[in-house]
Formats: sequence, C-alpha cells, structure tokens
Amino acid sequence: MTETTIAPEARGPAGRIWDLMGQRPELFTLALIVVTAIAVAIANPEFVAMNNLFDILRASVVRGIFAMGVLVVLAAGGIDVSFTAIAAFVMYVLTMLVHNVLPGMPLWIIMPLAAAGGAAFGVLNGLLIHALRAPSLIVTIGTQYIIRSFLLTFVGTALFMNLPASMEAFGKASLFSWQGTNGVVSALPATVLVLVVVALATWFILERTLLGRAIFASGGNPGIAERLGFNLFQIRLFVFGWAGLLAGIAGIVHVASNRLANPFDLAGMELEIIAAVVLGGARITGGSGTVLGTLLGVLLITLVSNVLVFVGIPSTLQRAIVGIFILIAGTIFALRQRA
Amino acid sequence: MPHIADRQSVFLALINVIVLVAGALLAGSNFVDSYNLQIMAAQVPELGLLALGVTLAMISGNGGIDLSGIALANLAGITAFLIARQILVPADAPMTFAWTFAALALCVGVIGGLLNGLMIAFAGLTPLIATLGTQLLFTGISVWLTNGSSVSLGYIQPLDDFGNLPVLGVPLCFTLFLLVAGLVGYVLRCTPFGVKLTLLGSNAKAARYGGIPARRMIVTTYTIAGILASIAGIVIASRNASVKWDYGSSYVLIAILIAVLGGVKPEGGYGRVLSVLLAATALQILSSLFNFLGISNFFRDLAWGVLLLALLASARIDLSLWLRPAR
Repeated sequence: MTETTIAPEARGPAGRIWDLMGQRPELFTLALIVVTAIAVAIANPEFVAMNNLFDILRASVVRGIFAMGVLVVLAAGGIDVSFTAIAAFVMYVLTMLVHNVLPGMPLWIIMPLAAAGGAAFGVLNGLLIHALRAPSLIVTIGTQYIIRSFLLTFVGTALFMNLPASMEAFGKASLFSWQGTNGVVSALPATVLVLVVVALATWFILERTLLGRAIFASGGNPGIAERLGFNLFQIRLFVFGWAGLLAGIAGIVHVASNRLANPFDLAGMELEIIAAVVLGGARITGGSGTVLGTLLGVLLITLVSNVLVFVGIPSTLQRAIVGIFILIAGTIFALRQRA
Repeated sequence: MPHIADRQSVFLALINVIVLVAGALLAGSNFVDSYNLQIMAAQVPELGLLALGVTLAMISGNGGIDLSGIALANLAGITAFLIARQILVPADAPMTFAWTFAALALCVGVIGGLLNGLMIAFAGLTPLIATLGTQLLFTGISVWLTNGSSVSLGYIQPLDDFGNLPVLGVPLCFTLFLLVAGLVGYVLRCTPFGVKLTLLGSNAKAARYGGIPARRMIVTTYTIAGILASIAGIVIASRNASVKWDYGSSYVLIAILIAVLGGVKPEGGYGRVLSVLLAATALQILSSLFNFLGISNFFRDLAWGVLLLALLASARIDLSLWLRPAR
C-alpha cells in the first residue's frame, strides 16, 4: 500500500530482510513458495514437468477468483464465509436452468447471469450486516447456512453430469498445449483467462480508483474514513457485492472445469481461501492487502494441497501444514506491525 | 442489570417450555416422556460445552471467537484414545482406562487452548485467524493420526455409562455439564477473574490502564475454552463409542448460534452462563422436534441460519428493550 521506502538503517542483512518483509509481507509467502517448490523438486525431480505446472495453475483458478473477492472484503475490514455457498447455489441453479429450459444458452449470457446472481446475494449480505450491525463473520455464517441448505432442501441434491454444450466447451478449451517428452499432452486451460481478468479488475479497483482508497480507508479506520466523507454503507455493499459477483463466476468456472454440477461441492473451502488471502499479507483487521500477495497465497495453498505427495509427505498432513503456515505467517505479520 | 438479565433467562426458559409444549402437541406425548427427555439431555452437553467456550472467547472482547472448539474436541478424543490404548488394555481395567482416557483428553485440551491463547495474546494474531489456523492444525493432526477414518473405542463400560446411563433419571454426562456450567458461571460472576474478564471485554483500553493483566487473562480464557472443548471430546467419545476427525462439522455454527441466542454480545463484555445453558437446551429440544417430525437435516440447517439472523435482528428492534439488557 504505502510504497514509501524507509532508508535501511545500519543493520545486518537479516535485519534488512526483516524490514523488507514488514513492508512487503507477500515476500514471506513468496519465500515459503520457493522453499516448498525447491524441496519438492529436489526430492522428486519429476515434479518440474509442464503438466504438473499446468495442473497447479488449473487448480488455482477457482481458488484465485474466490480469493480476489475475499481480499476486497478483508481490505474493507469485514469477513465473508458465505461465498462458497453463493457459488454452489449460483452454479447449480444456473446449470439446472440452462440444462432444463434453455439448452442453447451461450457462455456470454451464462457468465453475466452468474455474476449478477452472485452479486445479488453479496449485496444482500452487505445489507444484512449493515442493518443488523453485527459482526460480518456471524452474519455470513448465517447466510452461508441459509443459502446452502435452501439449495439442498428446495432446489435439489442430484448431480448434473450432462452439462450444457457451451459450458462443456468452455471447460475443455485450452489456450496452449504442450507435448512432453514422455508423450503426455498437457494443456493450459482457458479458465485461467478468467482469473487473469478478475485479478486485473480487482487490482484496478483497489489501486487505481477512489473506491479502492475508500475500501482501504474504511478497513484501516472506519471512524476516520467516515469523517473524510466516505459512505461506509455503500463501501460495504460494494465489497460484499463484489465478493458475491466473483463467487458466482467462480461457481461457473468450477462446473465447467469439473464437467459436473454437484450441489455439495465447494462446501468447507471458505476457510482455506481466507487462509490464502491472509498468507498473501492482507490483515484480517482490514486496511491492507495486495492482489499479487493474494495470488501468491493462493499458489502456496494449492502447492501444499497438490504437490506435497510428491515428497512423500502423506496427503493426510496437508490440512495441518496449512494451519501451521497460517499461524507462522500470521505471527510474523503481527510482530512486524507491532515493531 | 441483574434484574434485566434474569428477565432474559426467564424469556429463554419460557421458550424451552413453549417448544416442549409445541412438541407434545405436534409429535404426541412420546415427545415429553422421560425416555425422550433423557435422550435430549444426553445430547445437550457436547454443544453446550462448545458454546460455553465460544461464550468465554466472545466475552473477552477484541473480536474474540473460538472456531477451533469442535476440532480440538475431536483431536482430544482421538489422541487420548490412541495413547491410552498403547499403555493399557481396556478390557483388563476398564475403570483405569476410562480415567486415563479422560486425563489425557484434558491434557490435549489444555495444550490446544494454551496454544490458542498464546497465539492471540503474545503472537498478536486476531482470535479469528488464530483459531482458524489452529482449527486446521487440530483437524489436520486428527486426519493424520487416523488416516481419515473413524476409530472405534469398543465397549468400555465406564465410558459407555458416562455417556448414556441415567442416574436418578438424569444422564451422567448432563449432570457433569451442569456442574461444569455452574463452575464457569461462578467463575464469571463471583471471582475477580470473571469481573476483570468482563471489564477487559467491554473496554480493553480502560482495563489496561486499570492494571488488568490482559495477556494473562486472554491466555487463561482460551485455555479454559480448550478444556471445555476436551470435555466435549470425552462426551462425544463416550456417547458414540468412536472418534472421528470430522464429527460434528456444523458445530462451529451451532455453538456460535447458542452463544448469540443466549444473549452473549459478539463484541465482548457481556454473557451469562445460565442464559447460554437455557439456549442450548432450547435448541436441542427444537432439534429433536425436527427429528420427530421427520424434517430433513438440510432444512434444520436452514432453520438455524434463519434463527441466527432473526436473533441478531431482534437485538436491533425495540423488543430489545425488554429482551436484552440495556447497553
């Protein structure tokens, strides 16, 4: 955020790195990624293959889109745990609608519909939080349960295996494919483009608009932001609306790349997304966070959940490792802020 | 203040009675016979204990919350059983085994709660992030220890009795829950610690200037929450004769729901154990009623979500003047 560089005092290199990390917390995440990647590559050189890299990218897309929404909410000093339920609801209802009623609907109509549906839920979150004047964690836990159980009680629990043609094609589309020496063809999925667009849009909003300033200001110190003339209510509506909008998009991307619409999917994913955003340097109390840092956080989480098996660390330990990363990163960020 | 707080408890007690009567009318007199009442009573402690942990964390203020409760409860049950099995054979000395199991579980609870407290008080993490991290950590260790499958305890008589046997018509685990809740209530209301905790939660800055050792208080509070979680773990293991890493996955929400239903202020500084206890029983009776009527679990979750938001809303409208304490 503040790009002011404080002249490094006469300290050792360790001290200087420590200072740098205070200014750019995402560097710590980057270091964790590099260490993890090197450790994996040494233990198992096969890891450095194009198809693995593409797999990691593919697995990062949905997480990354979610994370952009969570980043904006966290920057404004709130928290949202309902976005996975929103995504599940939007993806399932929309797939059902397209499948049963309008099988020929093209993707350029499906996507905006998903975005609009998600945004509507998000704005509802914002309205509730404002009206109830309750912590956003508790309100969104409530809406998460309502949205998910409404979906499962009243809409349906059956899987959709036959996706509409346009979504199927979107999931299969690749930007670029690569034939490895062992004959394995790996493809960079087109869904990555969605993440790129979403990340650029989020970056633009946060760093290049007055709205972005308002978001950071309201997250950093709501009282002062209000006195500066920012309308906290509108900011809140926007951030939760944005998180919902991205959740809707992420839901469609998830369906398209899994070629399956499962209403039970995505549940429980919200904590690891929040973890990724926090690992990316966003403070949970608001006022800070960068798009690049968040993307690094997502990459780290994906790396941990996808490749640790390569080094013989049992997959059952992934959750514990993510937890330890959060505690370590959180501690380092917190200690730096205090200093 | 006490007058209004009593009114709130009376209100919650009334809700208990109303739901019971509604149950008797809708589901028949079977719903209120002693057998069903005992079943319901035996189901309250798990969630009630976790809700008490959340209550303590919320009272301590500064965004206090404990998301790691059920994860720690499961971890305590799993670790305690795996270790106890190594050193003792359950069939040889069931009583010794049960006590060893309980003691080990409590140790895990203390360690886990201490970790939460240290992370929040000394490492400076917000309670949300700290307990999110430890939730993943505790769950992760449980998955790792059990390879993701459930572990059966087999039939261990003392544990089974503790979980299911009624003494004088009251299930033992419910009696224990009442004792623990009474103790927590006593500590909160009548000891210097409790008074200081409430002060700390309502105004951290004033508390610091008043010489309250905030960090030590936070560590103690989350350690107590950890102990409560491990007691919940013992109850879960006893009642189900098995332990599993993902038991009670929706308990995080329900524990928070019970605390909010019990009038605990999420922003800190206020909470009454009696109200939380009555909220837990009300929710359990309602849940059993849904079961009796054959309503799906999904719909039940929907009801909990709506109830949570409705409660938050009720605190905003004028009803609050007589339902909730003046602020």
